[in-house]
Amino acid sequence: MFEKTITELSAALRAGEFSSVELTQAYLDRIKQFDGDLNSYITVDAEGALATAAEADKRIQAGETGPLIGIPIAQKDIFCTDGVKTSCGSRMLDNFIAPYDATVITRMKQAGMVMLGKTNMDEFAMGSSNETSWYGPVKNPWDLERVPGGSSGGSAASVAARLAVASTGTDTGGSIRQPAALCGITGLKPTYGRISRFGMIAFASSLDQAGTMTRSAEDSALLLQAMAGFDPADSTSADEPVPDYSATLNDDLTGLKIGLPKEYFGEGLDPEMEKTINAAVDEYKKMGAEVVEISLPNTHLAVPTYYVVAPAECSSNLSRFDGVRFGHRCEDPKDLEDLYKRSRGEGFGDEVKRRILMGAYVLSAGYYDAYYLQAQKIRHLISDDFTRAFKEVDVIMGPTTPDAPFKLGEKASDPVSMYLSDIYTIAVNLAGLPGVSIPVEPVNGLPAGLQIIGNYFAEAKLLNVAHRYQQQTDWHRAIPEGYDV
Amino acid sequence: MQWEIVIGLEVHAQLATKSKIFSGAATTFGAEPNSQACSVDLGLPGVLPVLNREVVTMAVQFGRAIEAELGYRSVFARKNYFYPDLPKGYQISQFELPIVGRGDVDIELDDGTIKRVGVTRAHLEEDAGKSLHEEFQDCTGVDLNRAGTPLLEIVSEPDMRSAKEAVAYARKIHQIVQYLGICDGNMQEGSFRCDANVSVRPMGQEALGTRAEVKNLNSFRFLEKAINYEVERQIDVIDGGGKVKQETRLYDAGKNETRSMRSKEEANDYRYFPDPDLLPVEFDEAFVAEVTKDLPEMPDAKRVRLIEQYGLKVTEAVTLISCRTLADYYEAAAESAGDAKLAANWVLGDLLGALNKSCLKIETSPVTPVMLGGMIQRIVDNTISGKIAKQVFEAMWAGEGDADAIIEAKGLKQITDSGAIEKIVDEVIAANPNQAEQFRAGKEKMLGFFVGQVMKQSKGKANPQQVNELLRSKLAPS
Amino acid sequence: MSLERSDVEKIAHLARLAIDEDKVESYAADLSKILGLVEQMDAIDTEGVVPMAHPLHMSQRLRADEVTETDQREKYQRNAPQVESGLYLVPKVIE
Repeated sequence: MFEKTITELSAALRAGEFSSVELTQAYLDRIKQFDGDLNSYITVDAEGALATAAEADKRIQAGETGPLIGIPIAQKDIFCTDGVKTSCGSRMLDNFIAPYDATVITRMKQAGMVMLGKTNMDEFAMGSSNETSWYGPVKNPWDLERVPGGSSGGSAASVAARLAVASTGTDTGGSIRQPAALCGITGLKPTYGRISRFGMIAFASSLDQAGTMTRSAEDSALLLQAMAGFDPADSTSADEPVPDYSATLNDDLTGLKIGLPKEYFGEGLDPEMEKTINAAVDEYKKMGAEVVEISLPNTHLAVPTYYVVAPAECSSNLSRFDGVRFGHRCEDPKDLEDLYKRSRGEGFGDEVKRRILMGAYVLSAGYYDAYYLQAQKIRHLISDDFTRAFKEVDVIMGPTTPDAPFKLGEKASDPVSMYLSDIYTIAVNLAGLPGVSIPVEPVNGLPAGLQIIGNYFAEAKLLNVAHRYQQQTDWHRAIPEGYDV
Repeated sequence: MQWEIVIGLEVHAQLATKSKIFSGAATTFGAEPNSQACSVDLGLPGVLPVLNREVVTMAVQFGRAIEAELGYRSVFARKNYFYPDLPKGYQISQFELPIVGRGDVDIELDDGTIKRVGVTRAHLEEDAGKSLHEEFQDCTGVDLNRAGTPLLEIVSEPDMRSAKEAVAYARKIHQIVQYLGICDGNMQEGSFRCDANVSVRPMGQEALGTRAEVKNLNSFRFLEKAINYEVERQIDVIDGGGKVKQETRLYDAGKNETRSMRSKEEANDYRYFPDPDLLPVEFDEAFVAEVTKDLPEMPDAKRVRLIEQYGLKVTEAVTLISCRTLADYYEAAAESAGDAKLAANWVLGDLLGALNKSCLKIETSPVTPVMLGGMIQRIVDNTISGKIAKQVFEAMWAGEGDADAIIEAKGLKQITDSGAIEKIVDEVIAANPNQAEQFRAGKEKMLGFFVGQVMKQSKGKANPQQVNELLRSKLAPS
Repeated sequence: MSLERSDVEKIAHLARLAIDEDKVESYAADLSKILGLVEQMDAIDTEGVVPMAHPLHMSQRLRADEVTETDQREKYQRNAPQVESGLYLVPKVIE
């Protein structure tokens, strides 16, 4: 049951091999069994899940054939879920019961999916290791001493450990792709605007994008199909047609032009990681793809630019958490200023505070031009690098992360070294492009990810390219030891 | 020392939309607290703003009305600060690229000269909620119904040199937004608010003095009084060897004074930056043409036309155009009456008087323009006299029907039958031989006495002109 | 660029964040380090480059002026720390 893809599960549900209630219960049991160590869920909604599953069973019996009906999924705790606690990994929202559904949640409900619960994450999605969560770190199922990556660490770990069929994530600077790589699963961050941001708690509005965290590109295509599309409630939602993502999965890759940015293979990349990435690229050559070296000359500026733009937006986005209308409020505030300062001081953790301070600083009088405006201009240069590259190639490939999962606590005391673990993913968010990370041959027994970057709205192409690799290899089927039962 | 007063105004006009600027919540005034504050207005986690088309339309209409440059590409920015009535911790406003750029309005001064006042810009923004300080002992209550109501902030150049000029400018803006129908102009409900930037400088000095921003001016009268108070205060400060502080001051109408606002004491660093949840607002000439094709006539043009078309005096025209509905009423009444001058007299006289007395607005006048026009027709065709007309007007006001019905019912039709009038005239002369004698002896004033008597006898219905003529001929020395 | 204690205190006040007295120095050190990273941008000539606020080249979509929301006060205020008579309460503010 835990080996099956969504397509297989869907067929089994329709064939009556088991019901959605049985499937859901099995996953709930597994969560009970394994999540004590992993800590991948913040909230498990067994009651809600079983009720939805029972409804799904009725829909299936009534002849509905949607591929996602009755499939259990885990939602990142950044998506508002009506009536269910939505914490965003923060003490600030520990008491927050969302009064509405995010558009992503609404769409998945309509598709008949069963929400098992809400997954752990770095606080307000700020982190690359899941260590900033108020609810404690998530462990990497491949090695419990290591981090699962972040910020969608709970989503990645739950899928890797088979505690959910699939999960959702959000990606502001690599928060889907990096944990997907570190946990050995398939993580897709679509084009900015492809999936509605409504009801998704904002970190950095011009960078945030929801996506899928699945065991395969094939599953991702099904999930994306349900999530993607225009939403009138989000001004930044793209009114672009949504293609049939599953229809082109098997397209032939002969003549596919792959660009390898020389900047992604330089200093800082673990040589073992380089080897496994080259091996994956060789697999594509065997499938008839053509590989060329390209240059993205402003790559080194992506992290600095990001750490101006993202904190600036977050410092403003997080102002609404003030202890007045919802969320944490300090005890006995002596006046309004005390209410604000202590509620926020107590409600937010260190990393969130660092970013709020950084953001307030770069926007403050006298610094705006040197930092924020300069960052926005360089963002343009970074984006132009990709525009030029996509005139030559169909997709860009490289490592998702510079190295394999690091140990818990290893980078926690040094924010800058933590930030640099997103060095290959961040530029993609700045440009707003889609990217997917797929598992490749492990490095020293630990998961590694190949990042494939596509042009705007080229998700179908990315999934096609990812899927063909997964037809040739089995890395995406690997299950961490101890969870293969 | 001779001081020159320098005033610039920031006018916040609440745009008359059904829903809020970034959400689908209603904007109705006076609803239960927080019953019209939706998730977007409350700034709940994850919600996003979507711009109301109507506010763009209205801003463009305003821009065109003052012949301003239009921002074909404008950008919403966040103004960051913490306050309980500001749910998101930032106000969505426009900063570097406003939707309306530089324009001008002309104001008329007391001496009849026209002064041009520059409008620096007008930009769209969301209103904040309301803090209620009086309801609770140790707490302030926050009602966010008003949060997200669309505002057009109209910023003037520091072109005004007296409180009177400032009021004339404010009235002019008030007039324009009401003519356009983009703001209801209700100052009590806060739909039209003024903040005044006031400073003084020695006459002849180029550099501007330090200004204070005066808030809470919810009537034109308070605007004038607050500025006058503030000017005196600043001069006193300087005369006393002090310096005027750049600060925000609140006008207290009860005490007629301004005082420093504690909540605004600290110098703000608003950290403006483009709102990443919203995209640049872009429109083209075609959009502008579409939304301005049915633009109503603006007050200045209307004044010129009323004078030309109806032969009105300037003062009459100025009063009539002060409010678009009044001007519309007048034109409808004039058309129906067929006598524009007479219609102007009646509208500016009895009608406005009656409205004032009963605290009614022109829109809710019980006497419609057609009713008033119908009555005037009866004056023109000599069915009734002007004096009787007053009686008819009162009856119409009381809801007794239109003029013809009232004239008929009350038998107020003027007597124009010369035989009938002659009979009354004869009777009156016969009954007052002494007075007749005095008149004949040259006491011209006595004619008035006879007219009065005849009118009394005829219950006011005799045609005054005929009465006059008959009396003169009958009383003439034989 | 390195941040002083007083800089951290100033921006912490702007952002209405209480920072533990004994942590101010470490925030100053961390932020200085991040600024060090960010300062790589200084060397880049961006003369004439248009700032990019947004990844997609779209303009703002306009919504019809219609009331689509209903009163959800009760539901929304269930999350509120302190309400009375439908109002959100905060410590007394003096204007």
